[in-house]
Amino acid sequence: MDFLRPATWDEALAAKAEHPSAVPLAGGTDVMVEINFDHRRPAYLLDLGRIRDLEEWETGERTVRLGASVPYTRIMENLRAELPGLALAAHTVASPQIRNRGGVGGNLGTASPAGDAHPALLASGAEVEAESVRGRRMIPIDDFYRGVKRNALEPDELIRAVHIPKATGPQQFSKVGTRNAMVIAVCAFGLALHPDTRTVRTGIGSAAPTPVRATAAEEFLTAALDEAGLWESGGPLPPSLAREFGQLAAGACNPIDDVRGSAAYRRHAVGVMARRTLGWTWESYRGQERSAQCA
Amino acid sequence: MAGVTRTPTGLTQGSTAPAGIGASTLRPDGTLKVTGEFAYASDMWHEDMLWGHTLRSTVAHAEIVTLDTSEALATPGVYAVLTYDDLPTEVKHYGLEVQDTPVLADGRVRHHGEPVALVAADHPETARRAAAKIKVEYAELPVVTDEASATAEGAPLVHDRRTDHHAAHVPHPNIVHRQPIVRGDADAAAGRADVVVTGDYVFGMQDQAFLGPESGLAVPAEDGGVDLYVATQWLHADLRQIAPVLGLPEEKVRMTLSGVGGAFGGREDLSMQIHGCLLALRTGKPVKIVYNRFESFFGHVHRHPARLHYEHGATKDGRLTHVRCRIVLDGGAYASSSPAVVGNAASLAVGPYVVDDVAIEALALYSNNPPCGAMRGFGAVQACFAYEAQMDKVAAELGMDPVEFRRINAMEQGTVMPTGQPVDSPAPVAELLRRVKAMPLPPEQQWVTTEGADIRALPGGLSNTTHGEDVVRGVGYAVGIKNVGFSEGFDDYSTARVRLEAVGGEPVVTVHTAMAEVGQGGVTVHAQIARTELGVQQVTIHPADTQVGSAGSTSASRQTYMTGGAVKNTCEAVREKVLQRGRERFGAYHPAWATAELLLEGGKVVTDGGEVLADLADVLGEEAVDLELEFRHRPTEPFDLRTGQGRGHVQYSFAAHRAVVEVDTALGLVKVVELACAQDVGKALNPLSVVGQIQGGTTQGLGVAVMEEILVDPATAKVRNPSFTDYLIPTILDTPTIPVDVLELADEAAPYGLRGIGEAPTLSSTPAVLAAIRDATGLELNRTPVRPEHLTGN
Repeated sequence: MDFLRPATWDEALAAKAEHPSAVPLAGGTDVMVEINFDHRRPAYLLDLGRIRDLEEWETGERTVRLGASVPYTRIMENLRAELPGLALAAHTVASPQIRNRGGVGGNLGTASPAGDAHPALLASGAEVEAESVRGRRMIPIDDFYRGVKRNALEPDELIRAVHIPKATGPQQFSKVGTRNAMVIAVCAFGLALHPDTRTVRTGIGSAAPTPVRATAAEEFLTAALDEAGLWESGGPLPPSLAREFGQLAAGACNPIDDVRGSAAYRRHAVGVMARRTLGWTWESYRGQERSAQCA
Repeated sequence: MAGVTRTPTGLTQGSTAPAGIGASTLRPDGTLKVTGEFAYASDMWHEDMLWGHTLRSTVAHAEIVTLDTSEALATPGVYAVLTYDDLPTEVKHYGLEVQDTPVLADGRVRHHGEPVALVAADHPETARRAAAKIKVEYAELPVVTDEASATAEGAPLVHDRRTDHHAAHVPHPNIVHRQPIVRGDADAAAGRADVVVTGDYVFGMQDQAFLGPESGLAVPAEDGGVDLYVATQWLHADLRQIAPVLGLPEEKVRMTLSGVGGAFGGREDLSMQIHGCLLALRTGKPVKIVYNRFESFFGHVHRHPARLHYEHGATKDGRLTHVRCRIVLDGGAYASSSPAVVGNAASLAVGPYVVDDVAIEALALYSNNPPCGAMRGFGAVQACFAYEAQMDKVAAELGMDPVEFRRINAMEQGTVMPTGQPVDSPAPVAELLRRVKAMPLPPEQQWVTTEGADIRALPGGLSNTTHGEDVVRGVGYAVGIKNVGFSEGFDDYSTARVRLEAVGGEPVVTVHTAMAEVGQGGVTVHAQIARTELGVQQVTIHPADTQVGSAGSTSASRQTYMTGGAVKNTCEAVREKVLQRGRERFGAYHPAWATAELLLEGGKVVTDGGEVLADLADVLGEEAVDLELEFRHRPTEPFDLRTGQGRGHVQYSFAAHRAVVEVDTALGLVKVVELACAQDVGKALNPLSVVGQIQGGTTQGLGVAVMEEILVDPATAKVRNPSFTDYLIPTILDTPTIPVDVLELADEAAPYGLRGIGEAPTLSSTPAVLAAIRDATGLELNRTPVRPEHLTGN
C-alpha cells in the first residue's frame, strides 16, 4: 500500500488522475476501519490531511460551501443556524472523538446508505462540488447516490466541497439505533421545510440500497399544505395529514433484514420518524410565523 | 434489621492514603486505564521478538481435506508455520474440565473461528499475509445448532468416542452434562396449587466484551523451558493445561500475569498461551500474539445461550407449591466449563425462594455454535431471568403485588435448597426487596427541563427520535441468588506468601500470590488486609506468577474470600511467629509479653490495653518472617447425578434490583432511567470497590437486557456480528443512575464475615429491566435481549 501525501489540491487532483484506484483519506473514520478489519487493501491511500482549505467553510447569501473535511464537531458548533438538519445529524455521528475527525466528504465518498449526513443533504437539496484535472462540476445530491456504496464520482474525481442551501425554515433529523449513543443507524429520516418555495424535502437513511427521498410523501405534503393554505395561515397540522405523510414515507423504503434490524421494523420506524419530525418542524414553523406576525 | 447501610453518598471519593480494611483505598490501575496509560499485555515488547498469527476456520463444521502451508512457509520473514501435525507430544488437547479442545484443528473443525494453523513472522502484517496463503480445503458437514438438531436421529456427533466422566450418564453424546434435581413431590404439590403458570424463555448469547483483547508474550529460556507473560484469569490452571502439550515439566513453564483489562470469565479458557509457547520453542525466539477485537470474539467462550421452560404453582394466599423446570444451555463445540454451569443452573434454578417440591433438569449441549463457558453469573443468570419472569406472572395471576408475592416466598437463613442443603448464613431476600422498593422513584417525565425536553434523558437519546411522544414509564423488580466459590466437591484453595521484614528500620510487608488481578480490585484489598493484620503501613504487592502456589481462579466471586482469606490467614501466622520471636527476645523486659493479648499496630507490638511493648522493626531484627500457606473454604460435595441432592455450595450471595424504564412504544426504544440495587456483602472490605462492582454488574445485566447478543446464523452456525460495530454494549448514555444500598450481615464461616459480591448484581439486573419493560408495554417478552422490533411487533 502506497501512501500519497499531496501538499496542495492541485497535487491531489494530479495524484488521483495518475492513480484512479487511490482511496482518499480524510478523517479516516470509514477507511481506517475497513483497513483494520482487512476488508479492503487499496493499492494507494491518498491522504488529504495536508490540504487545510478542505476544513474550511464559507457562508454565502443563499448557501454554505462546506469543505469536504470540515469535522462534524465544527458543523455542530458553528452551523446550527444555517444548516440545522445537518447539525442535528452531525450530533448523532458516533462518538466525540470520531466527530472531531469525520466530515461530510467521507460520508459522500463512502456512500453507505447508513451515512448519517445523507438524509440532511437530501432534505436540504445540496450539491456536491467534484473536481478532477479535467475540471470542476456540481452534482445535485439527487443524482449522487448510484447504488450500495456507489456514487456518481468519476475515478479521477475528488470531492472538494458540498454546497448546502441555508435553511429557510425548520429542519429535523431523527435516527433509530439500538443504543442511545454511538450507534450505526438502523434507519434515519431527515426533513426540511422550505417556506420560501412552499415545498418540503426529505431524506431516508439505511432503509434502501441508497439514501433516498420520500418523493410521494413530499408531493403529498406540499400539495396538502398548499390546498389548506397552511403556509399562510400557520394553522395546526391535521393529524390525518401527518399520518398520511408518515405512511407515504414508509412506502418509500426498500429495506433489508440484517443484524441491525428487520426490514419491516425499518419501514415502520421511518413512518414514525416522518410523522414526528413533521410535527416538530411544523410547530416550529408556526412559532416563527406567530412571532413574525407579532413583530 | 441489624446491619449497616451504606449509600453511595460519600463513597464517590476514594483515598490514596494507605489504610486497612473498611477504607475506600483507591485501586492503582483505575486512573491509568481511564487515561490510556495502563500497560496491557498487548503493550509488551521484547528485543528480537516475532509476531504470531492464528489462522481460523471460515466454516463451522467440516473435515479438513487438505492443508497446504508451503507457500506460507516460503514467505520471506516467516519463521514457522505450525499445524496439528507439528504438535510435539501425544497430548494434543486441553480443556478446563474435559480435555476435548484440540490445540490446533485435528483434521476437523467444529465451530466457526477454530484455530487451524499458526504463523510466526518478523512483522505482524507478514504473519497475517502468510496465514492468508495457507490453503485449506474444507468438506463441509451438517451443523448441529440446537437441541432438536443435536438429538435428532442420526444427528452428527460433535465428539464421537467420548471418554470423559460425563459420557456414561448423559442421555445423548451431544449432551455434555445433565443434572436433574428432584426434591419432594412436585406432581402431588401441583394438585394443591390454585394457579399454575408456565412459560418458555430464551436467553441470547452474551460476550464478556472485556477491555484488552487476548494477548501474551512467550520467551524461550536457556534451560529449554519458556517464560510466558499473559493476561489470564488463573495462572496455575493455564499451566496445568499448557505444560503437557509442550512436553515440559510445569517448573519449566514459568508464567507471569501481565496487564489485564477485564475478564468476566472470558479468560478462564486458554487462548494464545499454548500457541505462543509452541512458536517460541520452535523458533527459539520470543513470540508475541495479540488478538484484535474481531479475533477476540472467536478467541474466548461466551455466556451460554439458553432455552428454559418453567412451571410454577401457587396457592391463593400466595405461597409457591412447586416448580418444574427444564434448562437447556448451548455449550457449543467444546465443553469448557459447561458441566459446572449446568450444576449452577440446576441448583439455583428456583431462585431465592422457599419451594419444597421441585423437579428440575438442566443440561448443556454440544453443538457447532461458538463454545460457551464461564461468564459473570455462570448459569445462575439464565435461570434468574426465567424464574423472575415467572414470579411476576404468578403474582399477576393471583392479583398480588409482585414484591409482596416475592416477600411471602423469600428464603431466609435455615431455608433448605432444592439440593437439600440448608442456607446457614443470613439470606436477607425480603429485606433487600423492601429496601429497593423503599428508595425514592426518579421524578416522572424526568426529561422535562425549563428549556424543553432533554433528549439525552429520553429513549433514543441524541438520535432525537422522540421529544416525549409515546413514552411510557415502567417499573420492575427482581432478586437473585448466586453461589460463591467453586462448588460440587472441587478442592478450592488459594495460596498466599507473606514476608514481613525490617527495611531501613521500618517494617515492610510483601504479599505474593498468583491471583489474577483482572480489575476486581484484589491487589488493593490484599494490601488493606496486610495493613490490618500486621499493623504495617508499607505493603508491596509482588507480581502474580507461578513461583508461588495457586490462587485459584479470579471467578465465582471468590477472590476476596479465597485469596483475601489466604492473605489474612498467612498474615495471622506471620504475626504469631513475630510475637513468638518477641516473646523469646524481649519477654524478660515486660510481663505483658507473656500475659496480655498482643496486637501489631502502627508498626509496634502493643497490648490489647494499648501499651507499646516494642517496635516491630526491633522484634524482626535482621531476619524476615516469610511464610507461604494455603487456605481452603469448607468442603462441598458433588450433586447426586440422579436426585441432585448434595451440599454442593460454599456460600450464597444475594442482590435485588428495581428498574425504572421509559419506553418509546411506537419505535420500541428503551431508556433505562434508574437501576436501584440492594445487596448484602457480609462485610465491605473496600466500600468504594463494592459499589463499583455492583454498578458494573448491574450495567452488564442491563446490556443483555436491551442490546448485547452474539448472533449466530442458524443455517451455517457462523457468527454474524463479531465487532463492536454490531455487538453493542452500553455507553455512558445507556447507563442509568445506579443507587446502591449495601447491607453487611456477616457470614460467620467467611473471612471477616464477607460475601463474594461480583456476580449477584448481574443476575437480577436483567430480569428487573425486562419486568419494567413489560410493565410499560403490557407485552409478554420471553426473550432477552429485547430488540425494538419485539416491542413494535415488526
